[in-house]
Amino acid sequence: MSWLTPMMQDLLIEALGQTLVMVGVSTVLAIAFGLPLALLLHVTGPNGLTPRPWLNRPLGLVVNAARSTPFIILMVAIVPFTRLVAGTSIGTGAAIVPLALAATAFLARLFENALREVDPGVVEAALAMGASRGQIVWKVLVPEALPGLVAAVTVALVSLVGFSAMAGAIGGGGLGDLGIRFGYQRFMPEVMASVVLILILLVQGLQSIGDWLVRRLSHR
Amino acid sequence: MRDMPELPVDDPAIRLAGLSKRFATGGTLALAEVSLEVRSGEIFGIVGRSGAGKSTLVRTVNLLERPDAGAVTVLGQDLLGLDAAALRKARRGIGMVFQHFNLHHRRTVAENIAFPLEVAGMPHAERAARVAELLPLVGLEAKRDAYPAQLSGGQKQRVGIARALASRPRILLCDEATSALDPETTAEILALIRDLRDRLQLTVLLITHEMAVVKSICDRVAVMEAGRVIEQGPVLEVFTRPRQPTTRRFVAEVIGHGVPSETLARLPAPRPGEARRLVQVLFLGPHSTRAVISEASRDFGIDLDIAAGRIDSIAGEPFGVMALAAYGPAEALEAAFAWMRGLGLVIEEIAA
Ligand SMILES: Nc1ncnc2c1ncn2[C@@H]1O[C@H](COP(=O)(O)OP(=O)(O)OP(=O)(O)O)[C@@H](O)[C@H]1O
Ligand SMILES: [Mg+2]
Repeated sequence: MSWLTPMMQDLLIEALGQTLVMVGVSTVLAIAFGLPLALLLHVTGPNGLTPRPWLNRPLGLVVNAARSTPFIILMVAIVPFTRLVAGTSIGTGAAIVPLALAATAFLARLFENALREVDPGVVEAALAMGASRGQIVWKVLVPEALPGLVAAVTVALVSLVGFSAMAGAIGGGGLGDLGIRFGYQRFMPEVMASVVLILILLVQGLQSIGDWLVRRLSHR
Repeated sequence: MRDMPELPVDDPAIRLAGLSKRFATGGTLALAEVSLEVRSGEIFGIVGRSGAGKSTLVRTVNLLERPDAGAVTVLGQDLLGLDAAALRKARRGIGMVFQHFNLHHRRTVAENIAFPLEVAGMPHAERAARVAELLPLVGLEAKRDAYPAQLSGGQKQRVGIARALASRPRILLCDEATSALDPETTAEILALIRDLRDRLQLTVLLITHEMAVVKSICDRVAVMEAGRVIEQGPVLEVFTRPRQPTTRRFVAEVIGHGVPSETLARLPAPRPGEARRLVQVLFLGPHSTRAVISEASRDFGIDLDIAAGRIDSIAGEPFGVMALAAYGPAEALEAAFAWMRGLGLVIEEIAA
């Protein structure tokens, strides 16, 4: 990146750090909330361990609503909530709130799909062996679905890199924000090119690591 | 090692009484007042066409399927009266083997076999010791760290069997345990099941749609059709004296009523004044087929022509099955058949 001034280089590194924090923290939060949500959706679903249509349908609706709202709108729509949680509505910390929320809904659905791929025969065998529901969730469903769950996290990480660039629009910082402010508004094409290059490398890296992990975990 | 299991005293080991089950989705009456008793230590087969209700029936034995009506008593315990925790405990005493093995893909052979022990809360060291006992029982010592994807179908089913036996159940349920396997592997797995029954004094309830399986290892058999048990009894008896048309068709699969039509066409026509009858004869027990045929032709003045025949065994009992073309005066033929029936042979007309 020697075509950039030292000051621009520092800004770029700082922005990369902010992007990584936004993506990393919101992914961790999305896993923490998304997995239980997905398990609840799966277990209470029509073919689940304990079908509960009165719980499953509303839950599915909420998740779908969050999923189908364009991120930029979701971000603006939940500003009051963001202010409540983060104490402010601008900055990297504030950007994490809508990012985590969108990623939770997104991951919940992807996780649910991964859980659905688990062979129902294995679940049935576990029931026949006297396993409790908790044991079936933690000793059968989650371990058997693990490669799918990891693949889902990879997809979410890649999408979050894109969303986090958008979050820059509310002063969230990060690479997207830098690209807009310097590359576009101040017309510094070398900054824009650098931002795009780093984003591409980041996404490629995440995807490769994810794919490698899935292969290692599969045993198929 | 645990103490020797006490001798089977809870007889019958499994008692199903008046079971009915209608599925809400589709409204199929899968079980219609089915009653069945499986004696301690026997291998009991259930045969029937696809959709007859076989799987639904075995699944009631560990209440994977709850019947709408009836009673399920296993080793003297009324399962329908148990609460969730007691039912889980009871299920540990009932091993189950599946058509598609249902192994955990991400667990090794040893970890798969250890699963029921883990579920039962057995400490790690004890689990490892038990798995080390089970591996040689099914001949898989060399595969302990392999993943299911690295095993053949027969090996996967051995893992399934070892897993089913891990908690030392006295009952083994097999739902089409060999249906995904080739004939040779099927024979191996069946031999293993019989051997384990003998060694561990298991009671086995086995579902199949292949009469050959019933023939090779079952002691008694029930035939199901449209949610009902239409016939049951000792295998030899059901095979040799099937009463229901469905049972006959099943039995025909292994006993082979069929005589090739070319063979039939080549049989000589009866001489004028003579009758010709085509029959299938089942020889059971001690009769020498040749002696019976020569005696019948001598004493009744008839000609007996063997169109097809073979010797086989059911449940360890030898039997011969033969297609005969009989020529002679109609009354003499009738008398000869009556005499043969009197010896205990089973004679059935073949449509020419
Ligand atoms: N979960 C279910 N929901 C609705 N109908 C079912 C269900 N399970 C089985 N049935 C129906 O009940 C009937 C008996 O099914 P079952 O699986 O017991 O048959 P089977 O004799 O085991 O057949 P197969 O040889 O094909 O395994 C069938 O008509 C089937 O469609
Ligand atoms: Mg079945």
